[in-house]
Amino acid sequence: MYDRMQLKEKAEKAKDKKAAIGPDIDLNQFDIAPVQHAYLADEDLCHLPESDQQRLSMSGMDVTKKERIGTYFQKDTQVIHCHARQDGIEVFPITKALEKYDWIKEYYWKLVSVDADKYTAAAELGLHDGYVIRALPGSKSIYPVQACLYLDKNGLQQNVHNLIIAEEDSELHIITGCASSPHMKTGLHVGISEFFIKKNAKLSFTMIHNWAEDMVVRPRSVARVEEGGLFLNNYVCMKPVKSLQMYPTTYLVGKDAVARFYSIIVGSPGSEYDLGGRIYLKEPGTRAEIIARSISNGGKVINRGHLIGDAPDIKAHLECRGLLIHGGIIDAIPELEAHVEGVEMSHEAAVGKIAEEEISYLMSRGLSQDEATSTIVRGFLSVDIPGLPPQLKAEIDRAIEESDKEVM
Amino acid sequence: MLIIEDLRVELSNRIILQHIDLEIKPGETHMLFGPNGSGKTSLLMTIMGYPQYKVLSGRIMFKGEDITNMTINERAQLGIGMSYQRPPTIHGLKTRQMISLCGKGKVDEEALAGRMNFKDFLDRDINAGFSGGEIKRSELLQLMAQNPDLMLFDEPESGVDMENMTLVGKTIAALLQRNGFNNEGKSKLQTKLERGKMGLIITHTGYILDYVNADKGQVLFDGKLSSVENPREILKCVGESGYEECVRCMTGCN
Repeated sequence: MYDRMQLKEKAEKAKDKKAAIGPDIDLNQFDIAPVQHAYLADEDLCHLPESDQQRLSMSGMDVTKKERIGTYFQKDTQVIHCHARQDGIEVFPITKALEKYDWIKEYYWKLVSVDADKYTAAAELGLHDGYVIRALPGSKSIYPVQACLYLDKNGLQQNVHNLIIAEEDSELHIITGCASSPHMKTGLHVGISEFFIKKNAKLSFTMIHNWAEDMVVRPRSVARVEEGGLFLNNYVCMKPVKSLQMYPTTYLVGKDAVARFYSIIVGSPGSEYDLGGRIYLKEPGTRAEIIARSISNGGKVINRGHLIGDAPDIKAHLECRGLLIHGGIIDAIPELEAHVEGVEMSHEAAVGKIAEEEISYLMSRGLSQDEATSTIVRGFLSVDIPGLPPQLKAEIDRAIEESDKEVM
Repeated sequence: MLIIEDLRVELSNRIILQHIDLEIKPGETHMLFGPNGSGKTSLLMTIMGYPQYKVLSGRIMFKGEDITNMTINERAQLGIGMSYQRPPTIHGLKTRQMISLCGKGKVDEEALAGRMNFKDFLDRDINAGFSGGEIKRSELLQLMAQNPDLMLFDEPESGVDMENMTLVGKTIAALLQRNGFNNEGKSKLQTKLERGKMGLIITHTGYILDYVNADKGQVLFDGKLSSVENPREILKCVGESGYEECVRCMTGCN
């Protein structure tokens, strides 16, 4: 039914191909053998060890599932929970979908090239699993769908492929947490994500990462937004990681399509984050916005942003603000590219330290220097994201509150 | 009580204040006059404890304690508060949160903001894009929440429109316990004796005098401070013959 031989052949040729950017990783140091875990029923979810629950909840996972209409939970290489409880919203493991549904070939590897680099190749050659989340035409998710990719086995390379499909006129909110268990030290997460936002559909995708200090993370994602569609992409990473590199790309291919990227990063010592966002505005009336807030607490943060205006009457803005707290590096690399007349594109980048004047102002209201500093940092990280459901806003705020303790 | 004795202050290697003596007794409010650049704001910042204003000699006493080397927040905790002319914007910090911080979480932000006609601003980042008049109202709101004993006002009237001037004036009077309200059954003398709040208000125009009846006027000229009993006298004198002449006359007369 579906010829994966061709994909595998292409992948095979790219299996040693270095990525365009980011430190090269030797894949041989990781183990890709499947790890067996038992499937969890609803009640088991609530009885996970306290330490695991805490890690999950920090990534936005609600084990009670009360305010979630669907759940996908993968531990290492195995799906341990998968469920949806609203008509019109589907959640299933991609390995199942590849076996059962013919339509999956319309989406699988249609946006991300399988031979882009060794990581995409690895995801095809050694696919473990991943989620397919789909909102059928016209359906609107009452609560977010949650997806969690959890790493438990030390030294594992987790290969995941996700498809997110918002059919015409649908509205879908997803929170996805990637986390590693407290005892986990090293590992590699490879995550392919392909987003399809069809005519007049709305998709918000909020990703919260909680990794371990020696984890390597290589997500590869591409989105395609049709006429009148909206793609809201939020990324939060407050925890240390050895090396994270991603450069998600979005194509606005229909009139009046909109994409907005928000990222909030706290760069810990010894960690390297190389991330960005690239948005192609290919039709008149399309709009794009990339907003990045980065704090370096001693880590290295590279903030890329690339807006490409291919049609007249488009509007695009890139804003990157960085704050150095205890040394570290923040490297802001904004790029604007206009190919036709009549585009309106701008960028704004600022990197600095906390203004003494702001600290003094708060101190004169009775706050200690530390309280003043953390108040400013929290403010800096709290970005207003229009269109984000309150539950997800709360998750982001919580992640920021948590990070506060680490930054100070 | 605030007592400043023979204070000499340096900012970026330049002496900006010298031989400053000032005494504000409990319940007193003083007006501070002076031409642009004379050091009025610097005096307020020095009292508040901004570290870039280096005290070279002299001392500042407040409530019997030597606060000359205290940090800003130590002074704030002791009961000194300030209404700024150009406070910084803090992105992501809502006005609501700021008021709550000032009131240590014990104030009703909505109610306070209602009194200052400022409810629409509660969910905006503090000072972000505020007009001059809006800043003044926001600053007063913060002081209302903080409720310090010594309040330093840096030009509370500047940029305030006619309509809001009354609100700003009356609010300052209330903060300094000089509004004459809520004193039913008490004599004027009694009210004055019970008043503990102290104020130091920088003003160019003196409009604030229509709402706050100050006890004394101070003129800062060339880094030196001279004081007179009646603040309205100073305004009149400056209006007629300028600061230099006015100060010469005052110091000559004293």
